[in-house]
Amino acid sequence: MRSRFQHGLDELKERLLEMGGMAEAAIELAAESYRKRDGRLAQQVFEREKMINQSERNIDEMAVDLLAMQQPMATDLRFVLAVLKINADLERVGDLAVNIAQRSLDLAEEPEIDVPVDIARMTTAVSTMVRRALESFLSGKGDVAQAVLEMDSIVDRMKDEAFINLVAQMKSDPEKVRQYLDVLLITRSLERIADHATNIAEDVIFWVSGADVRHNARYSQGPDPDAPRRQ
Amino acid sequence: MGVGIEVKDLNAWFGKAQVLKEINIKVGANAVTAVIGPSGCGKSTFIRCLNRMHETIPEARLTGSVQVGDMDVYRPGIVPADVRRRIGMVFQKPNPFPTMSIYDNVSAGLRLNGYNKRRELDAAVEHSLRMAALWDEVKDVLKKKSGSSLSGGQQQRLCIARALAVQPELILMDEPCSALDPISTGKIEELIFQLKAQYTVVIVTHNMQQAARVADHTGFFLMGKLIEYDKTEKLFTAPTDKRTEDYITGRFG
Repeated sequence: MRSRFQHGLDELKERLLEMGGMAEAAIELAAESYRKRDGRLAQQVFEREKMINQSERNIDEMAVDLLAMQQPMATDLRFVLAVLKINADLERVGDLAVNIAQRSLDLAEEPEIDVPVDIARMTTAVSTMVRRALESFLSGKGDVAQAVLEMDSIVDRMKDEAFINLVAQMKSDPEKVRQYLDVLLITRSLERIADHATNIAEDVIFWVSGADVRHNARYSQGPDPDAPRRQ
Repeated sequence: MGVGIEVKDLNAWFGKAQVLKEINIKVGANAVTAVIGPSGCGKSTFIRCLNRMHETIPEARLTGSVQVGDMDVYRPGIVPADVRRRIGMVFQKPNPFPTMSIYDNVSAGLRLNGYNKRRELDAAVEHSLRMAALWDEVKDVLKKKSGSSLSGGQQQRLCIARALAVQPELILMDEPCSALDPISTGKIEELIFQLKAQYTVVIVTHNMQQAARVADHTGFFLMGKLIEYDKTEKLFTAPTDKRTEDYITGRFG
């Protein structure tokens, strides 16, 4: 048993989960800054994003060091590859939280509107996806990751409905197009966060089973000899 | 051209100790196959069974069959020396004939097989040394320098040239790079990759990265059994058997 190598893998997992926690917090703060139209909360999102960016660099460096110095194989190799990809996804989640916070700042400066979209419900769905994806990474459970994949279509439907409602409002109330556009961009950012949660879940499935479930391929528990593999 | 190998129900013993148990494997022609596993797992014995080297050890015996191309290696009446001419072998430690010149090292096998015409020998020596990527380095000192005067990496390539000179169909390599530095190792690995165009190669290695770099297929041996045999990329990224997984991730034992 290579204890130094195992320690490196454990450390990498811990750092990525910490970063996941920061990304989750950034989403919550961004949603709160929208709900309360609170600039101070938006500012906290910007600060979190800087920390997330720093984490991304650290995790990349740790993963590259492990690849170069320990030459991981099989499940360990898949783990490090998954970490590298999840790392990039979490960094994008941080960017999208910033986008939401910026739109919230814009909205705070404009006259209030009657928003025809349940942003709180959408935020709850998206946050749940991110949390479950990170739980599946923590536990290495493919079935938890699979459940995340199945939630993505719900968020997609929410975004489509929001688009239809917001465009209708823009037509009937053109003076407030700017505010409606801000809300539309928020729903788009939330939907993209859900896509990144989906990517994370797919990477967890790849790590635990070696199966490639990207682009709607299914994951079945246990080794599936016919499942396509990533090269 | 290289030939395929088919091993059926192979069991091997040293005295009463069974070192190979019910090995069944088919190896494709013109491909590189790596054999990996911990020390004592039977991987070297396995390749020594392919060219009848196993039986040269006192108290060693085996059962089962080995087919190399159209040759039934253990058919009664077959001459072991003929088997070894058709199946070349390269060992862990380069073993050139120390007092012979480079030229004589490469041509020795041909001479033993009755080739004596100077022009034929010259052509075979040059061809073999070129195949072994050694010609440019030794062409001016072929008869002046002995095999043992070369560097370790050059000596190993000389041994490969010597094996190639008798035009084998299969080349067995038993940890051919374990005594070499990374540059010489790189040259041998490049050579192995090129050899598969004309030969079938089976290589035993302790170095899993080397297996991953050079082999099309890899077999994992453990305690005399072939645990898993698959395409190299599959075996090293998503092995099927937990014992393989534990070995290649360093969690073995």
